[in-house]
Amino acid sequence: MTTPIVSLTDAGKSYNKLDALQSVTMTLGEGEVLGLFGHNGAGKTTMMKLILGVISPSRGQVAVMGMAPDSKEAWHSRTKIGYLPENVSFYEQLTGLEVLTYFAKLKGFNKKQAIDLLEQVGITHAMKRQVKTYSKGMRQRLGLAQAFIGEPKLLLLDEPTVGLDPIATGDFYRTVDQLKSQGSSVILCSHVLPGVEQHIDRAMILSSGQLLAMGSLSELRQQAALPVQIKAHGLNGAMANHEHLAHFISPTCSQTLNVPEAEKISVLKTLLGFEHIEDVHVESANLEQVYQHYLALHAQQLQAKGQN
Amino acid sequence: MKQIFTVANKEFHDGLRNRWLVSITLIFALLSVGLTYFGAAASGEMGVTSLSTTVASLASLAVFLIPLIALLLSYDSFVGEQESGTLLLLLSYPLSKSQLLLGKFIGQGSIIALATLIGFGASAVLLYFQLEDDAILSAFSLFILSAILLGLSFTAISYLISLSVSEKSKAAGFALITWFLFALAFDLALLALLVGVEDGISQTGLTQLMMLNPADIFRLVNLAGLDSSDVNGALAVAINASLSQGQLITALTAWVAIPLTLAIFIFKRKKL
Repeated sequence: MTTPIVSLTDAGKSYNKLDALQSVTMTLGEGEVLGLFGHNGAGKTTMMKLILGVISPSRGQVAVMGMAPDSKEAWHSRTKIGYLPENVSFYEQLTGLEVLTYFAKLKGFNKKQAIDLLEQVGITHAMKRQVKTYSKGMRQRLGLAQAFIGEPKLLLLDEPTVGLDPIATGDFYRTVDQLKSQGSSVILCSHVLPGVEQHIDRAMILSSGQLLAMGSLSELRQQAALPVQIKAHGLNGAMANHEHLAHFISPTCSQTLNVPEAEKISVLKTLLGFEHIEDVHVESANLEQVYQHYLALHAQQLQAKGQN
Repeated sequence: MKQIFTVANKEFHDGLRNRWLVSITLIFALLSVGLTYFGAAASGEMGVTSLSTTVASLASLAVFLIPLIALLLSYDSFVGEQESGTLLLLLSYPLSKSQLLLGKFIGQGSIIALATLIGFGASAVLLYFQLEDDAILSAFSLFILSAILLGLSFTAISYLISLSVSEKSKAAGFALITWFLFALAFDLALLALLVGVEDGISQTGLTQLMMLNPADIFRLVNLAGLDSSDVNGALAVAINASLSQGQLITALTAWVAIPLTLAIFIFKRKKL
């Protein structure tokens, strides 16, 4: 087995008495894309800072490419790490090209690479303009170009698609897929966004510094045991009269069945047996529902603890 | 080393772009040329007056202006980048905190040093052509050197402020208070001590107290060599018990090095 790019072993960070991140254990392999989800203050940014080596863990170990990221040996591997912070406004009075050249130089690259990167994110036309004239989307692209300097082996992206229009978002995810195919590992940190699901291998859900769940989307779905929604058209109440189907009917919509994953096929078979059926629509729980499920579960646990 | 240079280069160009270099140079040049020619206007004369009067008036104005300019130039160096999020980003780069701080110091320090050199140097050259006295060059070299050190000292002090607060506006407030304390209040307090408390303080004691303020060391450097008729206040007393120029310049250099070291120390411990 190859060494993982990132591994956290019971790593946590506390500020005074406040646990910004409780003990987290995880690994990220080469070419893997991990989605890190949670509300504001869930500990996402703290975890990123730990991996970047900007802060040191209060307990446990963090290793990036086999070294502690806050150590002196890790200095050179920093060139191979790209980071896009959540809220960054670049030097307003400089032009886009000047900003990117500055950051490229700090990583040991030059102006030419900066120009190539600006072309890659599609703001070549504005590179001679001051950053203060940039729109939100253009600033975000500049930030991404900055994170892509030097074809990083590890990318940490905090809310990368905020402010991007759908086309730019598509471009962004294509770049992520491309980097992944080149063997880069990516940690995408975000509120749950539609469209992110196809691009991540695994998801990690954090809430108030605690790791709630981690795994591939199908694993999480299975753990959560969320029902599959099946919508059938053209049956006109026949479902309600059917003994097997009746108790799956959703309380909010009589056309919709909420079926446990295990029963999906048998229910579908039954439905297809109806003569008048016109259309069937099957929808598995999406990431957002899985996320809500774990958050609700966590809230319930907290409440139960409070009552004891 | 390359990292320090990259940061210094960026800060220096920021100083050029924001017209800091031009403005400071212009202020210094106008001030010194003006004082050189019209310094004696109050006593009814015009034209170039004595060297000691010129340097004395220049020093007493520079002692207010230079700290103010240095503080204005650098108070937001770190807190500004922290607010815009670039500080966190920079620290995720292969760039250490001391490299970033030294780079900024070299870049912004060069702006102040260059402005001082050109601005005051201009009137030194002017004066030299008028009077053709070699004493002018040595007096002005000392003046410019100490003015640069004074500027660097307050640049380092403003880094201390910038690293200790979390908001830009607070840093501006602290910078103003710092300027007031060092440039005005300290001297008034010394004078009060001297006049108000009989036998309260000896000449040596006074000089030692003055070492606690870089602005006063700057005054001592530039006024010690002059006729005491051009000097008044607490200084006149101190000058008589003065330290050598070498010692004073060393003390002023310490006022650059100590705040700078302290700033690196604070930066390293700063929570991000």
